[in-house]
Amino acid sequence: MAIFIDKKTKLVVQGITGRDGSFHAAQMKKYGTNVVAGVTPGKGGTKVSGIPVFNTMQAAVDKTKANTSIIYVPPAFAADSIYEAVDAGIKTIICITEGVPANDMMKVYHYIKHRNVRLIGPNCPGLISPELSKVGIIPGKICKKGNVGVVSRSGTLTYEVIFALTQAGMGQSTCIGIGGDQVIGTNFIDTLEAFENDRSTKGIVMIGEIGGSDEEDAAAYIKKKVTKPVVGFIAGRTAPPGKRMGHAGAIISGSSGLAADKVAALNKVGIPVATSPLEIPVLMTEKFSKKKTTKTTAKKTTTRKVAGKKSPKKAAAKRTTKAKKK
Amino acid sequence: MKIHEYQAKEIFAASGIPVPPGRVATEVQDAVAIAEEIDRPVMVKAQVHVGGRGKAGGVKYAENIESAKIWAQRILGMDIKGLTVKKILVTEAVDITSETYLGIILDRVTKMPVIMISAAGGIDIEEVAAKTPEKIHKLAVDPRVGLRPYQARALAYNVFRDIKLVRQVTDIIVKLYDIFWKIDASLVEINPLITTPINQVIAIDAKINIDDNGLFRQKEIEAMRDLDAENSSEVDAREAGLSFIKLDGNIGCIVNGAGLAMATMDLVKHYGGDPANFLDIGGSSNPDKVLTAMRIILGDPNVKAILINIFGGITRCDDVATGIVSAFKELHPEVPVVTRLTGTNEAAGRRILKEVKLPSAPTLDAVVQKAISMAGLEEE
Repeated sequence: MAIFIDKKTKLVVQGITGRDGSFHAAQMKKYGTNVVAGVTPGKGGTKVSGIPVFNTMQAAVDKTKANTSIIYVPPAFAADSIYEAVDAGIKTIICITEGVPANDMMKVYHYIKHRNVRLIGPNCPGLISPELSKVGIIPGKICKKGNVGVVSRSGTLTYEVIFALTQAGMGQSTCIGIGGDQVIGTNFIDTLEAFENDRSTKGIVMIGEIGGSDEEDAAAYIKKKVTKPVVGFIAGRTAPPGKRMGHAGAIISGSSGLAADKVAALNKVGIPVATSPLEIPVLMTEKFSKKKTTKTTAKKTTTRKVAGKKSPKKAAAKRTTKAKKK
Repeated sequence: MKIHEYQAKEIFAASGIPVPPGRVATEVQDAVAIAEEIDRPVMVKAQVHVGGRGKAGGVKYAENIESAKIWAQRILGMDIKGLTVKKILVTEAVDITSETYLGIILDRVTKMPVIMISAAGGIDIEEVAAKTPEKIHKLAVDPRVGLRPYQARALAYNVFRDIKLVRQVTDIIVKLYDIFWKIDASLVEINPLITTPINQVIAIDAKINIDDNGLFRQKEIEAMRDLDAENSSEVDAREAGLSFIKLDGNIGCIVNGAGLAMATMDLVKHYGGDPANFLDIGGSSNPDKVLTAMRIILGDPNVKAILINIFGGITRCDDVATGIVSAFKELHPEVPVVTRLTGTNEAAGRRILKEVKLPSAPTLDAVVQKAISMAGLEEE
């Protein structure tokens, strides 16, 4: 078991003849993903790494019964490619393309909303269920099959975390990058829900960053619905306000989207937040051992007590030292 | 991308949103000429990309030509939050009977454009939102259908009673929404939208931010970019396809990927250093990008050490290493450079780096600590 992709995944690569599309189609095939078709208008009838290319998505789906697509087309055509995939009956769409205009994505988002389609991205590295399937660009070599689910708004930072987990002997069920843009198809909550329902996932790592309030919303959701242990990481504690930190969505606007608020929201519901990716497997091990020794309900109260006691005391201590200095 | 108030007002005027007459000036005598043309009291307004211009003394009322000249002299060249004022807008000062806030933003939660209107105009809207959110009326617009006139009218009725005013404001809301879509804006804002004693509705301020992802199809807007108003190293970086933000610290950072770049900066801070910049060399591993990145960072006199952290995926460590070696040959850096290359082609990358004998570290934490300690040694 895994989330969103598995052995039943039959993949079409949209933009398969492009530089990135052709390279990654071959990589995914090599990993064992069932890549059944590619689409590039005008290149129908050719092959890329032995994968048949079609002119339209409809033709590709009709011929191969594909159920999943991945998009590597330039930003100007990305929204159109998503519509084409949806209209051809694809139910899981992963959009790797970076730089898709937010206005295009707002329309796409509402178009797919009631069509029972899962869109991941855009501006994401895709996902990998180690040893089962890889749809995207996450290097297979750094992953290891196991029971930790990883969800992230980032790309290479996700690799760093996966690698740290693998090095620590902690394998992964599915690793997913949901994308760094302001308007994305699948958010933390959707993914947390899937991990919670996935029997092969025993613990969850959530990697957030500055901008928006998805991490805060996820924290509230975890408190209500997630029983599996969660460890967090938030990038951008040193990011200045008002500047876009690479990702279109990574911007502190006014007083919203701050890293400190996200860390606080996660801590408040008993989720430890690592300061370094290397610390993540350590915190996860602690969470796992706590879960073994204590029952869920008892565990929750202790964590909350500790968190509640510690911070005000520390803050009070800080205040006194400051006052003394004055 | 941000554009100036005067540029936003040009866009408003072209779309039929009423703005007071005025023009931009870079010299005092031009400002005086504009004030003479207007022949009424004017406002002299600094054109810089920061909020709080008024509080900083960058927006002044001038009763007559003489005082317009004095304010133009004072404001041109003034420093507002680290930015030098190089342009001023000289515009007619209009009589105000009421001030309204009107804005449209991309709302990340609903994934829709949200129109906001409030009678508490003229002041910082974030403050209003934080303290008295009930004073802001909001409407999320289904982007597939677009804004219906009745919706704009209902928004206007939240703030105005007089049908003559409601009609004018409705028209402005409809036009503002069109602008938002047409130019790929992420924010359009009029604060304040004012009414005059003779019941005219006029936008006396204008703010527009553009979604950078939409710029490829917004050539006219892209041409409005004011390179003078941006940090020169940030301009160079953008032209080289790098994502770069200048900060005040002393540890230069070169990283692939935005999230990892932020995490690296955070760790620099965590281990007692201070990041000099945010820099993402992006997904492709063109060695030239690394060279440009090194050049930009070495141009910052505050930098005491540079750390290069690469987690190869699409980015290949050997390409990055080639870039580092050519940067060394061309730029002869005098500050220590510490590297950590892992992932795709890392062995090849390390082999290439042997040529310049750089200190390296195996993990993210280690490279950060090493860079900080080497920066310290340099100072002694």
